[in-house]
Amino acid sequence: MNKLYEKYIKTDLLPTLFCPGCGNGIVQIAAIKAIDKLGIQDEMACVSGIGCSSWIPCYFKMDVMHTMHGRALPFAEGLKLARPDKKVMVFTGDGDCLAIGGNHLLHAARRNIDLTVILINNYIYGMTGGQKSPSTPEGAVTKTSPYGAADIPLDGCELAMAVGATYVARWTTAHPIQLEKAIEEGLTHKGFSFIEVLTQCPVQAGQKVYGFKDPAEIMNMYKETTYVYKEGMEIPKGKTRIGLLKHDEDTTEYIDRIEARLESQGIKRG
Amino acid sequence: MELNFKDSKQSVLQGNEACAKGAIYAGCRFFAGYPITPSTEIIELLSRDLQQVGGAFIQMEDEIASACAIIGARWGGKKAMTATSGPGYTLMQEAIGYAAVTETPVVIVNVQRGGPSTGQPTLSSQQDIYQARYGSHGDYEIIVLAPSSVQEMYDFTVRAFELSEQFRTPVILLADEVVGHMREKITLEGGFKNIPGGRRKQVVSPQADFYQGEKSLVEGQLHDESGKRIGHMAKDSGEFIYNINKKITDNIDLITDIETYFLEDADIAIVAYGSVARPAHKAIKLARGIRDERIRTKFKFLKTVFRKGVPAAINTDYSHLKVGLIKINTVWPFPEDELKRLAKDIDLVIVPEMNMGKYCREVERVLKDKKVISMPKCGGDIHTPSELLDRILKEVGVNE
Amino acid sequence: MDMAKITIDKMGCKGCDICIAICPKKVFVKSKKRNGYGSNMPEAQNVKDCIGCRLCERLCPDGAIDVEVEAIRDEN
Repeated sequence: MNKLYEKYIKTDLLPTLFCPGCGNGIVQIAAIKAIDKLGIQDEMACVSGIGCSSWIPCYFKMDVMHTMHGRALPFAEGLKLARPDKKVMVFTGDGDCLAIGGNHLLHAARRNIDLTVILINNYIYGMTGGQKSPSTPEGAVTKTSPYGAADIPLDGCELAMAVGATYVARWTTAHPIQLEKAIEEGLTHKGFSFIEVLTQCPVQAGQKVYGFKDPAEIMNMYKETTYVYKEGMEIPKGKTRIGLLKHDEDTTEYIDRIEARLESQGIKRG
Repeated sequence: MELNFKDSKQSVLQGNEACAKGAIYAGCRFFAGYPITPSTEIIELLSRDLQQVGGAFIQMEDEIASACAIIGARWGGKKAMTATSGPGYTLMQEAIGYAAVTETPVVIVNVQRGGPSTGQPTLSSQQDIYQARYGSHGDYEIIVLAPSSVQEMYDFTVRAFELSEQFRTPVILLADEVVGHMREKITLEGGFKNIPGGRRKQVVSPQADFYQGEKSLVEGQLHDESGKRIGHMAKDSGEFIYNINKKITDNIDLITDIETYFLEDADIAIVAYGSVARPAHKAIKLARGIRDERIRTKFKFLKTVFRKGVPAAINTDYSHLKVGLIKINTVWPFPEDELKRLAKDIDLVIVPEMNMGKYCREVERVLKDKKVISMPKCGGDIHTPSELLDRILKEVGVNE
Repeated sequence: MDMAKITIDKMGCKGCDICIAICPKKVFVKSKKRNGYGSNMPEAQNVKDCIGCRLCERLCPDGAIDVEVEAIRDEN
C-alpha cells in the first residue's frame, strides 16, 4: 500500500467506493502528497458536496464535512470565516459546482476568500448513474440526453477566472506530478484557488462520452487532447488548454480586506 | 463608536433589535444572512455590532448559502445564527434537515410574514407554525420558541442558544412581524453569557469541533459515531432515526416552557402563542373585570359622546367569567402532557391564530374530550382583545 | 543498478489495469492471481526494469502499489 496511506487515509474504510479505474483515487493521492509536502495536515479541514468526487476527503484522517449537493462552498466559507487562521480545502464535481452550486462559485470566487477548490470534472453525473452535466460535451449520449446533449458545455475554469478567482489551473489525471504541484500552489496561495482536474469515469461516462471504456485509454485521450498553456501562446484547435491559467497575487484576500477596513475605522476585533 | 456591553440596563427597543442584542449576549459570534422584510433589522444591527465583539459577519448571496454558512461556522467553533422570513425560511429547509442529522447547534430566526409565496412582506401571520416543525424532508425533531414581547425576543434568543447547545440541535425562533417591529421597554443583561458548547454526549455521534485534533467527519447521510455512513443498513438506520428524535422527545420536560394566567379556577382557556398571546392576555383581563383605569377613563369619555360602537366589554363587568390563558412559549416539541395537565379542569378551549387554524389541530388531538374552538384570522391584522372577548361571550351564551 | 521492490496490496487492488498500461518500462503484467475485488491482479514481473519513476504509485487510484528503491533516483 502507498506509503502515505497510513498517515493520511482511514485504512479501515478501504476499499474506497470508487469504481475500478476511477480517476478520483488519483486526485486523492495527489492531494495527500501536496498536504504532506507542505506539512499542514493539522491545519487542514476538507469540505465536499455530493457526488463521487465528494467522497474523496471522507477517507482522509482530517476534519471533514460532507455537505449538501452544490453547497460545499458556503459551508467552507462559514468554516473559514470562523477560523481564518486555518486552511480549508473543497472537493467538488462538475455537477455539484457548475450546476446546482454555480451561484455559490460565483460569489465565493468574487470575494476571493482563501479557499482551495478542487473541481473534479468527469463530464457526467456519475453517482446517480450517468446523466448529463453542465460540462458534458455537445452531442454526448447520456441517460438524460438520449438523442445527444443539446447544451453548449460550460468551462469551469473560464467561469472561475471571469468571476474573480485568483489562482486557476487545470490538469488531468494523466498529469499527476503537475497536479500535485498545482494543489500545493493553490494551498499556498492566499486567495480563491480553483484547480480543475479532468478525470475518467470509465463506468458511467466511458464509451458514450469519451469513446473509451478502459481507464488507461481515457487518460491517454486526455493526454492527447490537452495542451499545456503558456502565457501568450495559441492553443491548437480542438485541444483543451491546461496548465496554470491565472495566478494573481495582487488582489487582497477577503478576510484581509475586512480586517483592514475595520482597523482603519478603529474597530479592534475581540 | 464604543458600544457598552458591560452593564445591565433598561432600554426601549424594537423586537428585532432585542433579538440581535440577545444573540450577542448569548455568545453568538457568527452571523450569515440575507435581507428580507420583516427581519432585516436583525442583519443590519448585527452587521454593525458583531464585528465589534470579535465576531464574523457576512451577507451571503442567498438564504440557502446563509443557512449553510452558519452550520460551517459552528463546526469552526463559533456559535452561529441567521434570520429570515417566509420565502427565505423555505429555502433553508434542506440545511435545517442537515443540521438536525449532523446535530449541529444553530439558531434560525423566522420573523413570519403573510404567505404563501411573496405574500404580504409587511404584514404579520403565524402561517409557518407547521413548517417550523416539519419543513425539511425526513423524520427529525426540532425545538421552536415563539416570543410574544420585546423582552421575550431577547430572552428567547438566549434560550435558543442554550437549548441548541444542550441538545445539539437547530432551534427556530418563530417570531412574527408584530413582535419583530413593536417597541417596548426591555431590560438588557450586562456582559456576555457563557453558554458552554462542546461535544455531543447524549446523542448519536460524539464528535468535536474542527481543528481540535479529533478528525471529525460530519456526514449528511445517516451515520455511526465515527461519521461512517450506515444508510444502506436498514436496522442501524432505523435506530439512528429513533435516536435523534428521542433525543428531543425524551427530554421534553427540560424543554417545555408554558406560562399560565388566571388558570387556577378557570373553566375556559385561551391557548395562544407568539404575538397573539398579547391580545389574549388582555382579553382575559377584560373578562375578569380587571380594568385598566387609563383605558376606562378614555372610553368613559367616548361613551358619553358616542353611545354606539363601544365594545360591550367596557360596558359591563364580567368578573364572574372564569377564563384563563395558556401561553405556550415552546411550541415544538408539542407539550402534550403539560397541556393535558394544565387543561384538566377546563371545559372550553379557544385557540386564536393568525393562520387557517393549524396549531389548533394539535390542541384538538391532545384535548380530545374537551370542546376546542379554532379562531383563525388571516390577512395580517392581529386578533383584538374585544374580538377574543366577544368570542368567549358568545360561547358562554351571554348576549350584548 | 539496484533493484526496486514493488508490492501490490491484494485487498486494495481493483484490477483496473492502469499500472499495466502506463508503466514506461512495462514492468507490470496481468497475472492469474485474484485480488479482494475478485478480478485479476497485476504483478511486477519485470521489476528488474523498474527505474523508480513511481508513476504507478501516483496513478493507482487505490494506492495499492508501493515502490521501494535502494538508491536515490531522479524522478523526472
